[in-house]
Amino acid sequence: MKAFEYTEPRTESDAVALLSEQPGHTEILAGGTDLVGLMKKMIIKPERVVNIMEIQSLQNIEQLEDGSVVIGAAVTLDEILAFPYMENYPAVTDAILGINSMQLQSQGTIGGEICQRPRCWFFRNGTGLLDDKQVVEGDNRYHAILGNTGAAKYVSGSRIGPALIALGAQVRLVGPNDQEQIIPVAEFFRTPRSEHHRETVLDSNQLLTHLILPAKQSATNATYEVRHGAGPEYPLAAAAAELEMDANGIVRKASVVMGQVAPTPWVSAEAVQVLVGKPVTPEVAEAAGRAAVAPATPLSQNEYKVQMSMVAVKRAILRAAGLETGGF
Amino acid sequence: MAQVEDKQAQGPQGPYSWPSRKDSKVIGKNHERMDGIEKSTGAAKYTYDVNLKNQLIAKALGSPHAHCRINGIDTTAAEKVPGVVDVHILPHAEAGSEIKWQGELLAIVSAESEGAAAEGVDALKVDYEVLESFTSDSDLKGAEEAGVTARGGGKVETVNEPGDDDDEDEWVDAEIERLFKESKHVVEGYYGIDAITHCCLEPHGSTVAWEGDKLKAYLSTQNVSGTDEGFANDLEISADSVDVECTYIGGGFGSKFAPDYWGIAAARISKRTGRPVKLMLSRDQELKLGGNRPSGYLQVKLGANADGVVQVWDSHHWGTSGVSGSGVSHTVVPYVLVPPNYRRKATAVRTNLVRARAWRAPNHPQACAITQTAIDDLAATMGKDSYDVFMANLVNANNEKADVYAEEMKIGAKLIDWKAKWHPHGKGERNGSIVEGLGMALHTWGGVANTSECTVKIHPDGGVSSFCGTQDIGSGTKTVCAMVLAETLGLSTNQVTVNYGSSTYPFSGASGGSTTVGAVSESHRRAATDALTVLKGKVAEKIGADAGTLVASDGRIHVAGNKDKGLGWKEACGLLGLKPLEITRGHTRGDASPLSNSGVGGVQMAHVCVDLDTGVVKMKEFVAVQDQGLVINPVTCKSQIYGAVIMGIAAALYEQRIADPATGALLNAELADYQLARLGDIGDIKIELYEPESERQRGVIGNGEPPAISPVAAISNAVANAIGARVSTAPYTPQRVLEALKNA
Amino acid sequence: MSASYEKTDGFNRRAFLKGSGAVAAAASLHQQASEVSAADSKEVVSGSKKITLNVNGEDVSVEVEPRTTLLEALRYQLDLTGAKPVSMDGSSGASTVLINGKPKMASTTLAIACRRKEITTVEGLGTDIPKAFVEADAQQCGFCTPGFVVAVSAFLDKNPDASNDEIRNGLNGNICRCGTYSNVIDAVTNVVKGG
Repeated sequence: MKAFEYTEPRTESDAVALLSEQPGHTEILAGGTDLVGLMKKMIIKPERVVNIMEIQSLQNIEQLEDGSVVIGAAVTLDEILAFPYMENYPAVTDAILGINSMQLQSQGTIGGEICQRPRCWFFRNGTGLLDDKQVVEGDNRYHAILGNTGAAKYVSGSRIGPALIALGAQVRLVGPNDQEQIIPVAEFFRTPRSEHHRETVLDSNQLLTHLILPAKQSATNATYEVRHGAGPEYPLAAAAAELEMDANGIVRKASVVMGQVAPTPWVSAEAVQVLVGKPVTPEVAEAAGRAAVAPATPLSQNEYKVQMSMVAVKRAILRAAGLETGGF
Repeated sequence: MAQVEDKQAQGPQGPYSWPSRKDSKVIGKNHERMDGIEKSTGAAKYTYDVNLKNQLIAKALGSPHAHCRINGIDTTAAEKVPGVVDVHILPHAEAGSEIKWQGELLAIVSAESEGAAAEGVDALKVDYEVLESFTSDSDLKGAEEAGVTARGGGKVETVNEPGDDDDEDEWVDAEIERLFKESKHVVEGYYGIDAITHCCLEPHGSTVAWEGDKLKAYLSTQNVSGTDEGFANDLEISADSVDVECTYIGGGFGSKFAPDYWGIAAARISKRTGRPVKLMLSRDQELKLGGNRPSGYLQVKLGANADGVVQVWDSHHWGTSGVSGSGVSHTVVPYVLVPPNYRRKATAVRTNLVRARAWRAPNHPQACAITQTAIDDLAATMGKDSYDVFMANLVNANNEKADVYAEEMKIGAKLIDWKAKWHPHGKGERNGSIVEGLGMALHTWGGVANTSECTVKIHPDGGVSSFCGTQDIGSGTKTVCAMVLAETLGLSTNQVTVNYGSSTYPFSGASGGSTTVGAVSESHRRAATDALTVLKGKVAEKIGADAGTLVASDGRIHVAGNKDKGLGWKEACGLLGLKPLEITRGHTRGDASPLSNSGVGGVQMAHVCVDLDTGVVKMKEFVAVQDQGLVINPVTCKSQIYGAVIMGIAAALYEQRIADPATGALLNAELADYQLARLGDIGDIKIELYEPESERQRGVIGNGEPPAISPVAAISNAVANAIGARVSTAPYTPQRVLEALKNA
Repeated sequence: MSASYEKTDGFNRRAFLKGSGAVAAAASLHQQASEVSAADSKEVVSGSKKITLNVNGEDVSVEVEPRTTLLEALRYQLDLTGAKPVSMDGSSGASTVLINGKPKMASTTLAIACRRKEITTVEGLGTDIPKAFVEADAQQCGFCTPGFVVAVSAFLDKNPDASNDEIRNGLNGNICRCGTYSNVIDAVTNVVKGG
């Protein structure tokens, strides 16, 4: 690691005051599972590191009067699993359980999980994130099959992001001068246009403080990941789904978001269109999966991800409906 | 060695033998690993853990390019980084040098802390001229076009012989053509196995210090006795001036036999700075440089008779060992089951990748994976049970172990319940998208005892210690040494002290080729036997008995069958007087001996589940039946097999060195990307040590390597049985399974 | 709830803590942090600094830079070399230690961030689990073993009656290259059975 200044603020406002508006100058440290490795590899070389793990407001997880659940950015993933009011958010807990490492679950935080840098071996080997020539000509087996026509061809790193978007979650951001924003997670992720942009709308002098899961009356949501092995390796394909069904089991409203397919979690309106007005059956779920991947534009080596993502969507929908997913 | 009349051979094979199964008190009984508690409490000090006073921490810069010229390295900024003490440019990276693979170390920065060393490395400015690279080893056509192929050997063997007037090549073509026409079943196939890395969890490296002109090197090595010379030759000092120490090594698997140039560089930096230097490779350097297993890709046509016995084999295979070309040796193709007629041809592909290193049973796992899969496809073509086709083909076994294999197959089939579970390829029950399948393979290996010397010291107070320059690479060598000494001297293992892991001890060969258990069993048994003979002489004199009637057991030396007529161990040792008894004995590799042997076999069977919709393969069950002559310690022997199987599962399903086709960069050199098997990936593994009296009588044979050979082929065959299509190339990733299903 | 939380105009006006039990637990977990003086909140550390770490029940003094990892501090300054440097990014679990009782990777944790926390390394764990590892021969080269032992300890704390499936699903954060997993499963099973 390059030498840096270290700070350990106790309040959100002190943290914000320590952040720089200059991109790359300051990094926010939470669990460290992603940032420290990237700093060791000299991929990220901040002048200052702001450790937010001592800010108490970021440590809280609570259910509010209206039934929504507010999770501080520094709450660790295992604390979320242990929180007693998560039963209506299986999409979130499925994704956390999928990480399959006690260490990553107890060290990693929710804020860090959604702000982690992309899974892209070119980026992580120091050859840049937006040099698309290296992706097009090189080994792109794990790269994007959707939203990949621009320079960004990597896939978003967050495994929980698709679930949060499917659930309609929001994030709270604070910035200088007591500025505060609450925005949908769907708007939090973005595809950067230059190496100075990050993969989220978070400005370099802003802090992600909380995540707000809207109140849910039922647990008709789920995440399904296609994982190669039992370890914490990133899934090959993933999807989160939330369904609202009427008394007859007909889908009235739905949300389907894919992971590991695009530079951001990928919201599939096509899948929803197939689902709405129908009961959930394996055939309907599969048709939704097919619709979700219909717009895919695979690269030279990742055609297989189209099939896999179709299956992930199908199984996420089945799981959300409380049906057997098949598979492992 | 004062007290020894050098009484040698008492028969054609000397006085050495193993006790019978019945008479063995220690050998053949499960014994806890003697350094287990040190390892599991963190007390064991590995090379990486040795921190010397005032040491510098060194880190190296590796080439980011697979092929480039170094126009120069500017060290100015690196030298100015606070805490940096020394910047060392490696001789092969001087201005003008050509670098031929990614990761090759160029310069080393030594500093007061890891952070400072890393910052120093980052501050090095290298002027590279990037050159064309080729790393697509499976792409034979591309390699030919790039002009990087070379003949890799081959052989033709036919039952018939050409006439005097025949053009040999033409005759062979015609003969093979004729044999195929005669064949009842013909199979054509393509099979491959990608390169994998050793990925030792403790990377290669050393901590070195000079005391005057003497070098002390704590080196992570499988070759304690042999690496002092490696240092000495390069540093132009005598081997006596180098002391290599390695009590604990965090994995080697065939990749840690030498100091390596970075070890030599550490010694030079230490000399120059006058401070100890610790230089361990970083994780990505370990994966890029620290060793890899050559890839192999094979195109084959085989013909079999009505019984499914292969009569003719015609193959061409290629692959890479890196920059030197080479690849899988043609001598093991086809593997074990060699028909009477064959033509095999190998092509070496030169790539911009570091040279391969020996990897647990060099050549064998690849040869098994790319040829015994063809046998299974023969069974599929015939619509017959793979087990029966393998059984029929045992007549082609080239190692006189057909009978042993047959027995091992029967045991394996019983353990996995083969006959009940078997279904024709692709015709199993489908549970949703899940199908299951069975596959098998078999293997062979040498495992000869390496050269080894051991000094046994028996002290007048009864203390026993041994000294041997061997190493315990995790195979339980220390425990084996103690067990052999205890058995021989009639003591318990806690009454003997085993010393190893230092080049100052008597020479013992490198731990490679499954040669260590034989080596140390030889040297320790011999030295202890002869020491006991001396002691028996003293006891005989004292108690007035014939030394020939004396035995050592239960801590006494006494007349056989009469425990009371004898002396306790301590009392007996008291007869030595003031000086300890010290005896050095050894064994030379290749010498015939009643204590050790070579040539083992094994049969393995896999039961897998495959999700047809995602291509994910999961292990359900795995059975390994293995012979290895006489087993000293069943528990550590089995651990070797468990480990070999699990490594094989990793190679079959997960592991793959990925070189970028465009740049030659190794893209998955961190553990987040280099996927290995995890605890939840292995299914149920059953191990059976095949040790009937006929095997036990053969003596000790190493088994570290053989069980690592068959897993990939067995799993490939199980996947093919499950899905009804062959996934050609290992690892059998979900991507490849889906692609195979699509193309089927 | 801390002052800072009250001050920001976030959710507090609606705050009604249904999950008060859980929140109380969460609050006490982090209580130590709030006792630190306000000055520390704005403190900027650069260069070398002497700090106190509580390791295996003892307060010890180490000299660190902000970039010094906990793993480096343990290994180079305290001669606690049980936790191993294996992966750059914590993928191997070999550097697992307990921080306030939870398994975390010392390799991706900054030492300076561990002030006022209780750190337990494999050396401070006691020998019950190591003995189970020895009995099941759950180590070969042994380099991964200390990390595995700490992980197993944390796992069994949470799952004292773990089933075979739970063991197989719960211990995937550690890599063993020699292939001791079958034996590790046996070791953990034996501890569970031995209760």
